[in-house]
Amino acid sequence: MTESAQTTESRSVPPARPYPFSVPDRLVVDPTYGELRENEPMTRVKLPYGEEAWLATRYEDVRTVLGDVRFGRAPAVQRDEPRLTPRQQYSGMLTMDPPDHTRLRRLVAKAFTARRVEALRPRTQEIADGLVDNMVRLGPPADLVEHVATPLPIQVICELLGVPYADRDRFHIWSEAIVSTTSLPMETIQEYLNNLWGYIGALVAERRREPGIDDLLGALVRARDENQDRLSETELVELAGGLLAAGHETTVTQIPNFVYVLLHNPDQLARLRTDPSLVPAAVEELLRYVPLGVGSSFARYAKEDVEVGGVLVRAGEPVLGSLSSANRDGTVFADPDRLDLEREQNPHMGFGHGVHHCVGAQLARMELQVAVATLVTRLPGLRLAVPEAELQWKRGMLVRGLLGMPVAW
Amino acid sequence: MSTAWRIGVDTSRCIGTSICAGTAPEHFRLVGGLSAPLADVVAPADVILDAADSCPVEAITVHDASDDRLIAPQE
Repeated sequence: MTESAQTTESRSVPPARPYPFSVPDRLVVDPTYGELRENEPMTRVKLPYGEEAWLATRYEDVRTVLGDVRFGRAPAVQRDEPRLTPRQQYSGMLTMDPPDHTRLRRLVAKAFTARRVEALRPRTQEIADGLVDNMVRLGPPADLVEHVATPLPIQVICELLGVPYADRDRFHIWSEAIVSTTSLPMETIQEYLNNLWGYIGALVAERRREPGIDDLLGALVRARDENQDRLSETELVELAGGLLAAGHETTVTQIPNFVYVLLHNPDQLARLRTDPSLVPAAVEELLRYVPLGVGSSFARYAKEDVEVGGVLVRAGEPVLGSLSSANRDGTVFADPDRLDLEREQNPHMGFGHGVHHCVGAQLARMELQVAVATLVTRLPGLRLAVPEAELQWKRGMLVRGLLGMPVAW
Repeated sequence: MSTAWRIGVDTSRCIGTSICAGTAPEHFRLVGGLSAPLADVVAPADVILDAADSCPVEAITVHDASDDRLIAPQE
């Protein structure tokens, strides 16, 4: 018997807890995470779908699971992976490891570097100003989700990709399929995805007829056509569709979440108003503080036996890393449950970690900075126009957020 | 064709995503949460360009060790 097998037999595997631990309640982080970080940093969980998994809750352990090359995503396609959605994903960057993953990632990464994104800031500011002007013209109360949070990131991603903004009502509906857990029936999810892929496929055909178009979609089509090994046709369509949908459901949701948290921390909001130079640090802190996901997903599979958080994870076992829990780890963030817009050291994991670190992170950062700065400076009296209890929160989605946010100013 | 490349990591830009260490573990690792090349001067390898071009903050540069020509990140 080998040494590792002996260790394996002597490890104790606790019974799995149902996960997520509770029904998401606004933007509250379930206290179970804090208890687990303290007492049982690697725990067994059972998600609504798929096999049991380990869940890492401490910052360092989550970094290991997401960043260590001994863990990978590719094995998930051979397994009934733990997930919050009935549908399992069998293709796309999140089902790949280097070097396959690198081939796709590198093609899009260049469009999303800090430098490229900075060049989009003036246009993003222009869009944000126009949206706020329009909302002010309509007068209070107005829905911040409808008038600012939704159109801003969608218009930016449309212009970056080269997708007609005029078609937004169609693909906005289809995009929900990417983040739906139970909000849509399975057949509808598949129908919406097919619609989305078909729609992107038509745009791809258009780029082939007019190869000179200088947008990300055009660049991806050229990459595909110049060297077929770099990108298959399916990958091209899913990549572009994925970027369009991701550009919809994340920043769109975070803008109202950030405003909601700021309204709950009036002293911090006042500080931000008097000193807008705090906006970049404030956005980082809000990325740390707001638990966007309703639970952890996209488990990493151990490629060999790995010790994490005092537990021997056996080769082939899936491990989830909770970003929301890592972001509240008191060994890394002093007073972790307090919002502190002036936090100096903030190595949060709001965008994940490792090779799957959000490819749109720099774009999201810039959009969130523009949105927060514009709202706090132009609408100094910004407040909820309804009692908090009347706010409607998303249900049956991978992300937490407001369905609507009636505000006055 | 250059025979050696020099890898640089600008730690004031690096945000520690670990994309480079995952893409090219034989060339990059994280030290104190930030990227560090395992060796500064290395034999040319495509995977190093992959890492440099995938860095979201362009913290990684690759130069020709003999004539200092910038090889990555690509424009």
